[in-house]
Amino acid sequence: MSVVATTAPLQAVAYVLVAAGAAGVVLSRDPLRQIVVSGIYGYVLVLLFMVLQAPDVALSMLVVSTVAYPLVVLVAIARVRNRREDDE
Amino acid sequence: MTRRTRIVIFLTAALGLAALFGWAFAGLPAFGNGSHVYAFLLNHVAVPERHTTNVVAAIVFDYRGFDTLGEEFILFTAVAGVVLLLRPVEREDPEDRGTTASDALRFVGVGMVGAGVLVGLWLIAFGYITPGGGFQGGVAVAAGAVLLYFVSNYSAFYPLGHVDGLDPVEALGAGGYAVIGAVALVSGLPFLANLLGPGSVGTLVSGGSIPFLNWASGIEVAAANLILFSEFIREYLHPARQDG
Repeated sequence: MSVVATTAPLQAVAYVLVAAGAAGVVLSRDPLRQIVVSGIYGYVLVLLFMVLQAPDVALSMLVVSTVAYPLVVLVAIARVRNRREDDE
Repeated sequence: MTRRTRIVIFLTAALGLAALFGWAFAGLPAFGNGSHVYAFLLNHVAVPERHTTNVVAAIVFDYRGFDTLGEEFILFTAVAGVVLLLRPVEREDPEDRGTTASDALRFVGVGMVGAGVLVGLWLIAFGYITPGGGFQGGVAVAAGAVLLYFVSNYSAFYPLGHVDGLDPVEALGAGGYAVIGAVALVSGLPFLANLLGPGSVGTLVSGGSIPFLNWASGIEVAAANLILFSEFIREYLHPARQDG
């Protein structure tokens, strides 16, 4: 039996979490909340990559989804909100 | 556009996407048996040939080293674009910018800055032995440094995130990668050919050129991300130009 097959139950859990996380991101209406949810979704993907034995990809996902991406989007959101307040 | 038209367009697109998706899935190898011959081959030759225990690093910095050079320059160009678009015109005064975080946050946070940078450096340093490498480590280093802004204030982060200091570092990383590749040309070998002896398996002295390329990309990625973060933070703190 291959290593991939022995971790099948773990994989099933990870896939379900990924599906739930992705749905959570799409269903969040407030951009600020959505960024936090997408960070959590990133962690779930990290879990999936670990279960599928791709630690290098998991590490990349970890640094991008929890730091780089939220930071850039957060600042963009803050910037747009500031501008809206100025207009009012 | 009426609601009806939109629903019709959505349904057509969704059905088309579902059909393509189904078609693609039908062509996939059976679950758990997706091992491509290339993956199989590299898993067997990488350690004997290159002496790097992290096969991914051997692929990224050796077998597919030229792809990584391209990726480095994609990042380099993207950051150059961000800097060009966002660089503010007016002079800035770092002293009066940003509120200082609470004592508790600073106390915990400053430790996390050190830990983050250290984890990043460790990920780069051992990238070709254990999982990790220049990209992951580079982003982690930049993330650790940018924490300084979040747990303290802008004037604390300012010296680290200053573009004038980071630009040469980024160029050193990106250019260094190309130079290491060119050194092989000078020795009469193909571009980016692995020059040095493979060293001993499982130690820092292994992989030939791989450690050097790994560090070059780590430096490039760390500097690029720091520039990116600090440009965005500056854009947030100095909402200077209102166009239109």
